[in-house]
Amino acid sequence: MSVVDIAFYCFAGVTLISGLFVVLSRNPVHSVLWLITAFLSSACLFILLGAELLAMLLVIVYVGAVAVLFLFVVMMLDVDFTELKSEFVRYLPVAALIGVVFLIQLGMVYAVWEPAQNAANLRAAVISDAEAHNTAHLGTLIYDDYLHLFQAAGLILLVAMIGAIVLTLRHRTDVKRQDILKQIYRDPAKAMELKDVKPGQGL
Amino acid sequence: MIGLEHYLTVAAALFVIGIFGIFLNRRNVIVILMSVELMLLAVNINLVAFSAYLNDLVGQIFTLFVLTVAAAEAAIGLAILVCFHRNRGTIAVKAINLLKG
Repeated sequence: MSVVDIAFYCFAGVTLISGLFVVLSRNPVHSVLWLITAFLSSACLFILLGAELLAMLLVIVYVGAVAVLFLFVVMMLDVDFTELKSEFVRYLPVAALIGVVFLIQLGMVYAVWEPAQNAANLRAAVISDAEAHNTAHLGTLIYDDYLHLFQAAGLILLVAMIGAIVLTLRHRTDVKRQDILKQIYRDPAKAMELKDVKPGQGL
Repeated sequence: MIGLEHYLTVAAALFVIGIFGIFLNRRNVIVILMSVELMLLAVNINLVAFSAYLNDLVGQIFTLFVLTVAAAEAAIGLAILVCFHRNRGTIAVKAINLLKG
């Protein structure tokens, strides 16, 4: 067994075990931390497969953004998670049954699986130069052949950002706010009045 | 080099764990969202494994787009969750019945 094999089995094991703990742990904060572990170890699996750019993207996008977003939401919401976990045992048999059924189905596919006859001819972007970097190849491919899809992906992210802001923004009426237009249109002549107070008389 | 089947097995197991998690945590939307992320990760592992073994980069480009959509989905899902918690004071799936006829 070579070093690569040992590394593969380590990372695969860590991925699966942390994935299992994501769904099993009682505290959602622990779930998020296990999710981060799963993402990190599968990024290592991607590196073993030679997909460095995707591995780094997984670390940056998932661990850096998505998992931290989850962590923020879990800590921000004041939810009694023990109450939500109370019927955990009740759902366990059904969940286990569905999991086993899916596993058997995938196992049946695994036993008879074989690649298509012309799979080698259907390849769209064969890496010809083995020396060049994965990132450089992907960059050329994205900006040459998949530019419109890349722009559409950016649009999806923009829509998601605007949607998230619109959904979570709320205008509270019970707090004092700065009204900039009111300040701009303030007329000093109307805001202040000078009164000539006679001595001994008052207003 | 490790066989393709090894990667496919890991991806299949991770996918099944995601499905298991959805049915196990039926009351907690946050863990359901995390299980969906796990399933998308399994799909990504499949795509990258085939991409590496067929020596075809399109699989990795597809993974890139799956990553993008997954990130957008997580952001929107969590925003809906925050909104829902503000209105109903709970995140239990059972409470999402306002549209029930």
